[in-house]
Amino acid sequence: MSLNIDHVSVVYPAADGRAPVAALSEINLAIAEGEFVVALGASGCGKSTLLNLIAGFLSPSSGTLTLDDRPVIGPGADRAVVFQKHALLPWLNVIDNVAFGLQIQGVPKQERYRTANEYIGLLGLDGFQSSPVYKLSGGMQQRVGIARALTCDPKILLMDEPLGALDALTREKAQELILKIWGQTGKSVFFITHSVEEALFMGTKLIVMSPRPGRITHVFDLPFSRQFQGGAPARQVKASPEFIALREKVLNIIFADEEAVE
Amino acid sequence: MTLSKPPKTPGLVARLARARPTKPGEIYGVPGQGNTFWLSVASVATMLFVWWLVTTLGWVKPLFVPAPQAVLAKFVQIWNEGFTNTSFLEHTLTSTLRVFGAFVLACLIGLPLGLAMGMSPTIRGIFDPPIEFYRPIPPLAYLPLMIIWFGIDETSKVLLIFLSMFAPIVLGARSGVKSAAIEQIHAAYSFGATRWQVMRYVILPSAMPEILTAMRVGIGFGWTTLVAAEMVAATKGLGYMVLSASQFLQTSVVIMGIFVIAAIAITFDLVMRFLERRLVPWKGRM
Repeated sequence: MSLNIDHVSVVYPAADGRAPVAALSEINLAIAEGEFVVALGASGCGKSTLLNLIAGFLSPSSGTLTLDDRPVIGPGADRAVVFQKHALLPWLNVIDNVAFGLQIQGVPKQERYRTANEYIGLLGLDGFQSSPVYKLSGGMQQRVGIARALTCDPKILLMDEPLGALDALTREKAQELILKIWGQTGKSVFFITHSVEEALFMGTKLIVMSPRPGRITHVFDLPFSRQFQGGAPARQVKASPEFIALREKVLNIIFADEEAVE
Repeated sequence: MTLSKPPKTPGLVARLARARPTKPGEIYGVPGQGNTFWLSVASVATMLFVWWLVTTLGWVKPLFVPAPQAVLAKFVQIWNEGFTNTSFLEHTLTSTLRVFGAFVLACLIGLPLGLAMGMSPTIRGIFDPPIEFYRPIPPLAYLPLMIIWFGIDETSKVLLIFLSMFAPIVLGARSGVKSAAIEQIHAAYSFGATRWQVMRYVILPSAMPEILTAMRVGIGFGWTTLVAAEMVAATKGLGYMVLSASQFLQTSVVIMGIFVIAAIAITFDLVMRFLERRLVPWKGRM
């Protein structure tokens, strides 16, 4: 799997007498097999626009996007999306939500339930197969969303602030769970977050984006998620001097962007 | 500084204007919260009592307001003997068939049309003007046209009722299309769904609450229009019964007919509410 984004720009056309807005300008990014790329930046920096481009919900104004050398021209099952919220189908129970992608692809019921059950087990949702999703907690709903994205065996997982609506404790547990699943499945991940700590802890590569126009200003290679997978406890990783030093550095970049906006 | 006055207790007006502190288990300031069941029972009982009182004491002539027991007696009499040579059940059945026939027709045509209008700007552009044009017109205003065009038999009656519920059903289905969150739609597309699959598996189910509400509103309009429809050379039906009784000043039959129509309409509404709880228990919860 290799995703290549080459000199991509997105310009929203002028509206209501305002000038055209450059949402993304000259983005170059490559995501290789098994990489965990985290995008971080002040609001309006174009993180979500970038994710929508990769998902195929949006086409670039200029530049090219290719997945395994084929141009991305629309949404497809090789790129699964995990949304922040509102993406589950409340009229279906847990297992039917997880199996929804397979149902769309015409997989027979028995087979799709078997696959769904695997991922339900992986996400720790066993025993909730027939629960209605609207009765689950926010954390469990997000796990259903992740299981659903995994069932179709995508080449890359696109996660649009998947943990943004969770409380702090649930969020840390979910971070560890996502890293565990990433390690087990070997999927490539593109992950958007507002939290610097989350970005540093989870990614193998961090891209910091700045607004007006949306662009990538810094790229860091990160060792921390590998340390966690090597057996180091999450709290210990997050308390290490290297982690704290990089956190301060990234925070300085982001705050400078935010002040420039005001 | 000196403390000159003790704190003033707020006046009656001030106390009424403020939200009351809540009891445990309630949320402060929610508008209109509280159980109303017993108050409603008391309200109905009071109305029945006043009705009984003013008629029994002879304050109102039976010609204007007959006593409750007289209405009940009339009901038993018509149940046994019929009205204008037609049995009570046949009157009821005729009206019910007219309303529900029109209702089924309005759902069969209106729901697909409304969904199509929500999905396609072309179809919305074509059908929006005629529907918005006729929607606010009272059915009684176009009743003469119905008679001129379709005669005085069953067609014009059912058509009039059909038209009265068609617009609300179309509009309900149309706005129901907007209920699906864009994330749900994107999720389906990212699994490779076709437009048709998105419609079938995401948009239609998420529109169900609005569709059911539109059906409830629609049938309500149907019963409202029934009496107008049965003004047209009818020989049977509850609306006809009420109208012809009024011409002979049989007020007790008029009131009885009103109660029967209300009873059928309320029963159907209860059935719809039950269906709503069974079909869309997730309504408003996600």
